[in-house]
Amino acid sequence: MSEHTHHITPYKTLGIILVVLFFFTFLTIEITSIHLGALTVTVALLIAGVKGFLVLSYFMHLKHESLLLKILVAMVFVLFALIVLITFIDYAFR
Amino acid sequence: MRKETKYVSYLDYEGQYKGIFGWIFSTDHKRLGLLYLYAIALFFFVGAILGLTMRVELATPGETIMKAQAYNGVFTVHGVIMIFMVVIPGLSAVFGNFFLPLMIGAKDVAFPKLNRLTWWILIAGSILAIASQFLREGPPDTGWTFYAPYSTKTGTSVIIATTAAFVLGFASILTGLNFIVTIHRLRAPGMKFFNMPLFPWALYAASWIQLLATPVVGITLVMLIFERLFGIGFFNPDLGGDPILFQHLFWIYSHPAVYIMILPAMGVITEVIPTFCQRRIYGYKAIAISSLAIAAVGFFVWGHHMYTSGMSEQARWFFSLLTFIVAVPSAIKVFNWIATMYRGSINLQAPFLYALFFIFLFIIGGTTGLILGAVAPNVQVHDTSFVVAHFHYIIFGGMGFAFFSGLHYWFPKMYGRMYNLKAANWGAIILFIGFNLLYFPQFIIGYQGMPRRYYDYLPQFQWAQTISLIGGIILFIGFFVMVGNLVRGAKKGAIAPANPWNGTTLEWTVPSPPPVENFDEDPIIKSDPYDYK
Amino acid sequence: MSQHENHAFEHRDDEAKKLGMWLFIFTELLLFGGLFLVYSIFRSQYPDSFHEGSLELSVTIGAINTIILLVSSASVAVALTAIQKNNTKLSMQMLLLTVFLAAAFLVNKYFEWGAKFHHGLYPGSELMQLLDRGHHLYFSLYFFMTGLHALHIIIGMILLLISYFKVKAGKVKMDDFMHLENAALYWHLVDLIWIFLFPLMYLIS
Repeated sequence: MSEHTHHITPYKTLGIILVVLFFFTFLTIEITSIHLGALTVTVALLIAGVKGFLVLSYFMHLKHESLLLKILVAMVFVLFALIVLITFIDYAFR
Repeated sequence: MRKETKYVSYLDYEGQYKGIFGWIFSTDHKRLGLLYLYAIALFFFVGAILGLTMRVELATPGETIMKAQAYNGVFTVHGVIMIFMVVIPGLSAVFGNFFLPLMIGAKDVAFPKLNRLTWWILIAGSILAIASQFLREGPPDTGWTFYAPYSTKTGTSVIIATTAAFVLGFASILTGLNFIVTIHRLRAPGMKFFNMPLFPWALYAASWIQLLATPVVGITLVMLIFERLFGIGFFNPDLGGDPILFQHLFWIYSHPAVYIMILPAMGVITEVIPTFCQRRIYGYKAIAISSLAIAAVGFFVWGHHMYTSGMSEQARWFFSLLTFIVAVPSAIKVFNWIATMYRGSINLQAPFLYALFFIFLFIIGGTTGLILGAVAPNVQVHDTSFVVAHFHYIIFGGMGFAFFSGLHYWFPKMYGRMYNLKAANWGAIILFIGFNLLYFPQFIIGYQGMPRRYYDYLPQFQWAQTISLIGGIILFIGFFVMVGNLVRGAKKGAIAPANPWNGTTLEWTVPSPPPVENFDEDPIIKSDPYDYK
Repeated sequence: MSQHENHAFEHRDDEAKKLGMWLFIFTELLLFGGLFLVYSIFRSQYPDSFHEGSLELSVTIGAINTIILLVSSASVAVALTAIQKNNTKLSMQMLLLTVFLAAAFLVNKYFEWGAKFHHGLYPGSELMQLLDRGHHLYFSLYFFMTGLHALHIIIGMILLLISYFKVKAGKVKMDDFMHLENAALYWHLVDLIWIFLFPLMYLIS
């Protein structure tokens, strides 16, 4: 397990990410106000996923963390997704 | 009475606090391990007494010593105490705390203060759980599963009991968190993951379950409390909710929780068998990886508790399939243990005897689990004493006997003294006989239709209930033999050497009892932790 | 490990503290995960009621709160960068700004909840019992999820304030900032959950 020096995220990066997050927030409000039917949920969750990814990668510095931590975080989200999916095997066919 | 040592052992160390405060305010993982041992032994005794009361009630059909409502309270309390306060913290909190740092060559766990706080949280939760029995509303009568919608309606003190389970869950999460960080960060220099002994491997897998599954039941119990307080309706069909959803959420935790209990148990057995056969463990990597495999697949089999709940057909076969898959890594371990014994130089002492009994009982518990995991037979025996017998074979016959095995295995290290070996063997044999007499008849009458959680039954089941009661009494005699022998050993036993069993893992390289700082110098790490050459 | 050993006498392991915090964040994610699971199941069963329910919420207030949390998430990240660059003053200002934004979020939430309470809409109220099943579940979930989230905001505020005083006392500094980093991680978690709560509660129709 190699020790790595702390990566310092520049102010500029944080600023850019914040602007991008603003953009996606307005995008999701705009898109969900048009009627897309079932697609709305997918699009809204997709955008939320992108925003979450940005927060995790830059604000929470995951981009510069060890591979181990990246894998663990991914594992938690996969675990949750699988639990939801499997629960729906019940609800979708009941 | 303490052993005179040239160094300061953790038992003699006088820190900032004196007397009992030197224990309950201690951050030493070894002292905390003993504190857990004493607390859990006490809870186990209370739970066992409640269990015996149930057996006495079932001695004859109809009312024997208590009414139906009292019986409901007793089996609920028995379940809550045994599950949340004994078997879930049991092995990992007692032996994990004591031996995880020793086995990986660390001075303590990663967060010693958090470790102390965790013990306090466990005690606080336990006080709540026990308090729920004495409140005006009466003990909860829902069973330890707290199934909605009954748990949302009953007038008994469900809220306190669920709060207790929530608090105890928090303790479990923090223990898991501490162990994962300890294993990642504090392994002695040179010890890679695949140089670790297998008990730490098992703890690692179990800790992940503790960490990731417990929050789900935590939030579920909070929902249940809010359901009772405000009628939020999540589990109430009158308000559009779904009681089966409660079962889903509950078992998303509570099935993996079975692996929180059994994985460390398997880890203990994996330590004991090579030592008492003086032979390196067969299939080290297979055992290590099967622990992780059990933890991973174990997350997705929860629905096999719900075949008769009204779940969809597709979900039932899916969960049944996965249940059969999760049995594979468990079987791998059993084969490896038996292969390790082959041509070993076997030393038949109490720890090994308990390990043999573990394998025997675990095979019965495991294979009856497959009967229950298949949908069709499950419908026949669901909620009968067949299920009761099955999970007691796994939890008590498995986890419990592994606990006794570990206790006898590590006892000389923990106290620096030895117990009477012959008496220990007799204790093991009496427990084994009592256990089988108590639970095996329940398989038979369960198959014939004896429901679980009933205080009354048809006269045709009388013979089995009588045998079970006799078994329960023998079991208690076994406890007294075992505990009496150990207590006597701790006080007056012969001085134990550093390595009485000729073990190879790191905990046997330090003196007994271990010094405060565990290792005076960095331990030498062997690439194979089970090298008996 | 090698470099770690050089500092062994300090008994300080930043990586362990960080890993511990991440593991705790995992438990929080799954705590909310249980609620998101409940949400997704009821939403699939009562899509129309959930649609109508979400129309009752003000997208404006939700959007303002989203912006507030995003800015606060950025400001706490700036606070961390500042302390790493030894700019204690900026770090303290940014921490105060973050706490202020968190308070603003709660004030907003207070008025939002207050309006609902004023109309008799709160868990256990008579009006709630009169609603149809889907609406009932939607509002129960709304109060439960945003309430739990608000609780996490309060916990996060306390952690950030402790960090602030530690920076002020010089205990958190350029070469020892794990407390601030962990408090910031926790705060980002609160933001992360809101990123999913916002569209699911306010937008999806």
